[in-house]
Amino acid sequence: MTPMVEAVGVRKRFGDNEVLKGIDMTVGRGEVVSLLGPSGSGKSTFLRCINHLERIDGGEINVDGRLVGYRRHDGKKYELRSREIAAARRGVGMVFQRFNLFPHRTAVENVMEAPVFVKRTHKDEARREALALLDRVGLADRADAYPAMLSGGQQQRVAIARALAMSPSLMLFDEPTSALDPELVGEVLEVMKGLAKDGMTMIVVTHEIGFAREVCDRVVFMDAGVVVEQGVPDDVLLNPAHERTRAFLSRVL
Amino acid sequence: MTSVASETVPAGGVVHADEPIVRLRHPGRWVAAGVLVVLLAMLVHFVATAPKLRLDLVAGYLFEQSILSGLLVTLELTVVAMALGVLLGTVLAIMRLSANPLLRGAAGAYVWLFRGTPILVQLLFWFFLGTVLPKISLGIPFGPQWVEWGTNTVITQFTAAILGLGLNEAAYMAEIVRAGIKSVDPGQTEAAHALGMNPVTTYRRVVLPQAARLIVPPTANETISMLKLTSLVLVIGLPELTTTAQLIYGRNFQQIPLLIVASIWYLVLTTLLTLLQSRIERRTNRGTVPLRARKRVRFAMGADR
Ligand SMILES: Nc1ncnc2c1ncn2[C@@H]1O[C@H](COP(=O)(O)OP(=O)(O)O)[C@@H](O)[C@H]1O
Ligand SMILES: [Mg+2]
Repeated sequence: MTPMVEAVGVRKRFGDNEVLKGIDMTVGRGEVVSLLGPSGSGKSTFLRCINHLERIDGGEINVDGRLVGYRRHDGKKYELRSREIAAARRGVGMVFQRFNLFPHRTAVENVMEAPVFVKRTHKDEARREALALLDRVGLADRADAYPAMLSGGQQQRVAIARALAMSPSLMLFDEPTSALDPELVGEVLEVMKGLAKDGMTMIVVTHEIGFAREVCDRVVFMDAGVVVEQGVPDDVLLNPAHERTRAFLSRVL
Repeated sequence: MTSVASETVPAGGVVHADEPIVRLRHPGRWVAAGVLVVLLAMLVHFVATAPKLRLDLVAGYLFEQSILSGLLVTLELTVVAMALGVLLGTVLAIMRLSANPLLRGAAGAYVWLFRGTPILVQLLFWFFLGTVLPKISLGIPFGPQWVEWGTNTVITQFTAAILGLGLNEAAYMAEIVRAGIKSVDPGQTEAAHALGMNPVTTYRRVVLPQAARLIVPPTANETISMLKLTSLVLVIGLPELTTTAQLIYGRNFQQIPLLIVASIWYLVLTTLLTLLQSRIERRTNRGTVPLRARKRVRFAMGADR
């Protein structure tokens, strides 16, 4: 079976600043991987490359067996049109550090938006599914609230429901709890734990070491645009092989 | 230090809490109000006693047939020119924000040209276009043409007025829409893209509705000023409200009464537009928490947990 994500030699440059210097990573179906590393090491950039929010300068990424951003033909890679890129992104859900909910729509409207305007699902059906998703993240009673009236933890749970509404086969989380007050972190991690248990393939950038140990199948430690080491959580987190990993862990633990 | 403290809180235990409060007085307000009352009395006296003012004529002409059809033309011009301005302005704004340097340049040149020349000149330009370009045709550039019209039959007074007012308005609307779009958090576009929305859907469903909050108030302003700007079509002889009033007082020399008639109608329309504006603003402000409600929300959030 093809892996869910297969990244080979991924390079990304912003001007003179090479942010990703040849990242290789494979994520199997149903696997939950946490991506760790100091700030500025390229974690967000790598996640954004996976659903083509950034264009890579070298290497290639395959998601669900399909090349990201290009079509392979006759030994060449042809750039995709923006509509094709948009279509490819439907299989990948993304959750952001700052939630990025649509402030002019209620919770349930946020969740319905993509099914109705991307998948062309009928409004009533989309609403029913959206309410079920809000129930799944524990927010059935807040369906008609605007984001500004929700706490950070509630907003992030709506954001997760919104991403799930497109029935993605892969979920990307970019520091989903970093913008939250400490007492709100738990409710979001709880929802993510449930997703992992249901077999969702997930890549999670996080500083929540406890979550990584408890939920993730594998931890990948990145620094300065390269993967320094990876392995099962207890190995990497308790017995790091590299000095850079040790230094990082001593700072976050 | 201790002496200051003992002054404010006397050690003797005298209770000051029940002393009456004397509110600050505002004598200036009373003076201003007095001046206004006198000025108003002078105005009423003037209106009531100046026989030349002919208030009877104002009442008579207010609903006169040609005034009403002039009013209709003014309304049509305002609506069509603003619609053109908003639509073209939005396209120009999106072009100016695009990654394509050719689109950016073209939109920039448009704004430069139409903001840089007087609207009066533009109106006259469209009206007299027929003198330099007698025919307009549709076909292959520099090749065979399929259909052909005389410029003067296509560009009537009304089309010239719409082109002059609308194309000029688009240049101003482009700047207004651009500022609105730029105010939207880039994270919104990113979230929309991550959900699989294509660029058009992203603009239509996510960016523009949020930009509208900043776009609506200045657009209402533009509409109100367009309403009055339409009186410029006087120069190409299109009988809208002001032109009609002028035609009438050209015959009967009752300038002031007819100008009052026109002003009354402009004020009525402006008032209606202002009401419309606040209705639209209530819609576009959806999801933003009004200052007064913030406290309640915080309480609700606390209670919810
Ligand atoms: N759009 C961008 N333009 C220029 N530089 C960027 C951009 N996005 C990220 N970078 C740079 O790339 C580096 C890695 O950033 P990022 O992937 O956000 O790191 P992390 O998420 O690990 O903290 C940083 O030095 C950052 O300044
Ligand atoms: Mg980051």
